Amino acid sequence: MGESEVKVIGKWSSPYVMRVKIALRIKSIEHEHFEETLNPKSDLLLKSNPVYARVPVLIHHGKPISESLFIVEYIDETWSNNNSPSILPSDPYDRAIARFWATYIDEKWFPSMKSIITVETEEREPYYKVMEEVVERVEEAFGKCSKGKPFFGGDSVGFLDIAFGSFLGWLHVTESLYGRKVLVEAKAPSLVKWAERFADDPAVKGLIPDHDKLLEISKPLQIKWRALAAVGKKY
Amino acid sequence: MENEVVLLDLWASMYGMRVRIALAEKGIKYEYIEEDIWNKSDLLLQMNPVHKKVPVLIHKGKPICESLIAVQYIDEVWNDRSPLLPSDPYQRSQARFWADYVDKKIYDLAKKVWARKGEEQEAGKKEFIEALQLLEAELGDKPFFGGDKLGFVDISLVTFYSWFYAVETIGNFSIESECPKFISWAKRCLQKESVANTLPNSERVYEFLLDAKKRLGIE
Repeated sequence: MGESEVKVIGKWSSPYVMRVKIALRIKSIEHEHFEETLNPKSDLLLKSNPVYARVPVLIHHGKPISESLFIVEYIDETWSNNNSPSILPSDPYDRAIARFWATYIDEKWFPSMKSIITVETEEREPYYKVMEEVVERVEEAFGKCSKGKPFFGGDSVGFLDIAFGSFLGWLHVTESLYGRKVLVEAKAPSLVKWAERFADDPAVKGLIPDHDKLLEISKPLQIKWRALAAVGKKY
Repeated sequence: MENEVVLLDLWASMYGMRVRIALAEKGIKYEYIEEDIWNKSDLLLQMNPVHKKVPVLIHKGKPICESLIAVQYIDEVWNDRSPLLPSDPYQRSQARFWADYVDKKIYDLAKKVWARKGEEQEAGKKEFIEALQLLEAELGDKPFFGGDKLGFVDISLVTFYSWFYAVETIGNFSIESECPKFISWAKRCLQKESVANTLPNSERVYEFLLDAKKRLGIE
């Protein structure tokens, strides 16, 4: 298996790209990384993901796959027989629940963080409320999914761990920027402990982007997102 | 065995229709419960506390929410017949991608047409047609998105066809004139019993939408 057989078009700061990297590590798959500049977008990206022109894109045997959660499922299904742990649960109902919460997180979690960074101070409260509701629901989901084990996926990092944990870097930055914590022990004792375990796990260690580097780019990103919001575009 | 599988649904819901088609393709008997979405039942609120929406598939008392997740669940549990997703991981990833594209775009763009007016509506019509044309390109020469047979993407998309008459009437435009290939694909899907027995009458849907607009306070 040559390195260039698996290529990831990514960006160091992207939580969605992080999901793909964690999945590849769980499966012990080497890959070639292509750091996307996004400004302008590379020919490779435009060719590989013409519909959305965004990262991550996994290219395997020359064929591209886009959208992080689908890439993670693809990785799990493709490398299912190499003695590595499964990423998705084996039971169909547990899989449906994992997919449900991953979709819920994608809808609510990072978009709320982006909004908190983008809008004016006095407009932030509704987004904090959304984040607090997410924390409450995911804390409850953790209890049901983990069944007393360390991760959503059980004994090892799984699909929902990856879906939620990939945002820890940006969560901490959002919390630092405005001095308001959302993932707190009083509201989510299990998740707080889970977050530490997740960050320390060999599949994840070193993949969470550096806090100070994310802080540095948060200002230019705020400017960019504010400009998009001003013309009514999604940011 | 019928109440082992229960579906909480709304007859006009294009999302609920997806689950009904999947159940029909697999020949699964189930109990259908019609929800009054303007007056939600305790059962719905209990089974889908997060979104409080239909459809909800309930199997052996356990709820599965979100139509595409329910369709995948049905495919995985009743995996001995009529596969809905491809078996090859790459093809599966593409099927999921395109079904998700349908979810991200089609409802919201159609809504721009039926809920807005003037310039906004015109923009909505243009974007809606563009999205359908992108899907036409993806279909290519294949009879179905699933290849020779109805598949995951076909199921996720064809249900919107029942809303086309309503959208065209309100938007005062013809989808067929811009996307003839899309319409012939939809009609091909309708030749399948599972689809024909599921999609409601288009004029009924139009009346439903007019009523919904009134209730939501949309002109």
